[in-house]
Amino acid sequence: MSTLEIRDLHVSVETKEGAKPILRGVDLTIKSGETHAIMGPNGSGKSTLASALAGHPKYEVTSGTVTLDGEDVLEMSVDERARAGLFLAMQYPVEVPGVSVANFLRTAKTAIDGEAPALRHWGKEVKGAMENLRIDSSFAERSVNEGFSGGEKKRHEILQMELFKPRFAILDETDSGLDVDALRVVSEGVNRAKETTDVGVLLITHYTRILRYIKPDFVHVFVDGKIAEEGGPELAERLEDEGYDRFLTAGATA
Amino acid sequence: MTLTTDHTRATADGTHSHGVVPAGSRAERKTSFDLADIPVPSGREEEWRFSPVARIQPLFSEQLGSDGVAVTVEAAPEVKVETLARGDERLGRAGKPGDRTAVAAWNAVAEATAVTIPAEAVASDVTSVRIDGVSKDATAAHLVVTAERHSEAVVVIDHRGEALLNQTVELVVEDGAHLTVVSVQDWADGAVHASSHRAAIGRDAKLKHVVVTFGGDVVRVTPDATFTAEGGEVEMVGLYFADADQHQEHRLFVDHAVPRCKSRVTYKGALQGASAHTVWVGDVLIQAEAEGTDTYELNRNLVLTDGARADSVPNLEIETGEIDGAGHASATGRFDDEQLFYLMARGIPEIDARRLVVRGFFAELIQDIGVASVQDRLLASIEAELEKSMSVITGVAPDAE
Repeated sequence: MSTLEIRDLHVSVETKEGAKPILRGVDLTIKSGETHAIMGPNGSGKSTLASALAGHPKYEVTSGTVTLDGEDVLEMSVDERARAGLFLAMQYPVEVPGVSVANFLRTAKTAIDGEAPALRHWGKEVKGAMENLRIDSSFAERSVNEGFSGGEKKRHEILQMELFKPRFAILDETDSGLDVDALRVVSEGVNRAKETTDVGVLLITHYTRILRYIKPDFVHVFVDGKIAEEGGPELAERLEDEGYDRFLTAGATA
Repeated sequence: MTLTTDHTRATADGTHSHGVVPAGSRAERKTSFDLADIPVPSGREEEWRFSPVARIQPLFSEQLGSDGVAVTVEAAPEVKVETLARGDERLGRAGKPGDRTAVAAWNAVAEATAVTIPAEAVASDVTSVRIDGVSKDATAAHLVVTAERHSEAVVVIDHRGEALLNQTVELVVEDGAHLTVVSVQDWADGAVHASSHRAAIGRDAKLKHVVVTFGGDVVRVTPDATFTAEGGEVEMVGLYFADADQHQEHRLFVDHAVPRCKSRVTYKGALQGASAHTVWVGDVLIQAEAEGTDTYELNRNLVLTDGARADSVPNLEIETGEIDGAGHASATGRFDDEQLFYLMARGIPEIDARRLVVRGFFAELIQDIGVASVQDRLLASIEAELEKSMSVITGVAPDAE
């Protein structure tokens, strides 16, 4: 059982005009096996939370703490965080020309586990995971994300989640831009990972649609850089009916 | 600070033109076998403006020796190797010298090495020409490779050691012949090398011309390719990796003088360290008669550290509208931090992530070379270069990791 603990997190982003505060005191605790949905309107800071947890250099943590089983995550470099068991499924996965998917997956797996995976077993595992996500086997030889459609990029992110077996996975708007079929395939992948590895999931989304496939244990509503309301799955249903207007008005008058 | 030129977005830029012959047209550039016609440059001339002429100075001289390099040829059994005396009629068939070093080299040599693939012969092995620097006396050398009609061969020219070499490489690709030539500049640190490659490509003939530059203080290679009959094809591939204080210059000229020929130019370079400087100039001239021409040239540079400079200038002159295609692209970029973040977010340490990206940058080009022994050596050389840059980035000596 692992715990990812975020306490009073304040984060600024670098802009041409200087540092701009985005997160204004986020508190969140995620345990193994739990799924937390973070919902909120555009610009509320959801994706900033994801990038800051992964250690993107554009974001600066100005105060607060993040710990993984007591270890200080903020002290770790980007690669150290990944090796400690954090995984970020990116909203906009980056193209890496000339680096094949097969080579990339093997290199990352080796780095995360600290040893190269057994060749035969690994080949089978990759093949099976690709089949499950309906990724054509020819993708193994293609350059990472290069020329992939939006849906193919997202499936490739979830492929990594399944293969790398992180302790905590942050899914940054993995559902955006997916059609219903792709959404179902991607959600099945996340659910498989949950069943087989007890991964804790932080599911960041603008829409309630994906929550029909991936059942959250907790729902947090993000407004203006912090959590405005928390509840169980019923909160998502309420958002489905009412939208974010209630929070935006509250935020404006507060 | 890094200077970059991105011509992919600069089509309206005055630095190069489309469809208009600018004042400095390649068609009007002086070419001659006569030393008196092409004086020693000051450095302000168009073809020398990026070059460190002071470091090249010894090679402008009329007095060049012949003892600075040792030439060894290991030929495929089908291939003939001879030494030709100056004035032999088989020399000078691939065009006239186009700059001072080229004309100086032409006039200074006493004899030339000739590699000939006889008509209709298909070479069963790679022919290797080794050029080893043995002293730092300014030296001229001349190599002529003649692929007679319908022959096929691969020739690798390999430069190592330390030398001040002014070189002519003539490539005569006769009708229907397929010739691959790879020139590797893997010099030791102090070498200065000017090399005029001049190729004449006959009817339905095909030349694959590969230039690989890693070592040396100054390396300046100027490949000129001229089509002499219809149906010819040239593929020019280049790969370079410049370290601190190195100057690596590649100036290409493809002359579409006749109809229905095809040219493809792809050069990629990486730079690292203070005052590493690369220059790529790609001139393509489509003459009025050259209807049905199909040409494309591309240059990409990857700047790995601060303080390096890449100049990239594609020039396309088109004198006829009746062509199949003509285009170029040039881009110089810094190492992409988003790629680095993506790979590191998968647990891959920075050093390995950088290695992956740089290998990836060159990967396709290396596959294009198609000569296994050269490909393997290239991969090893890139690894060695990367070891150097990692120590720049991390401040840790490579063997201390």
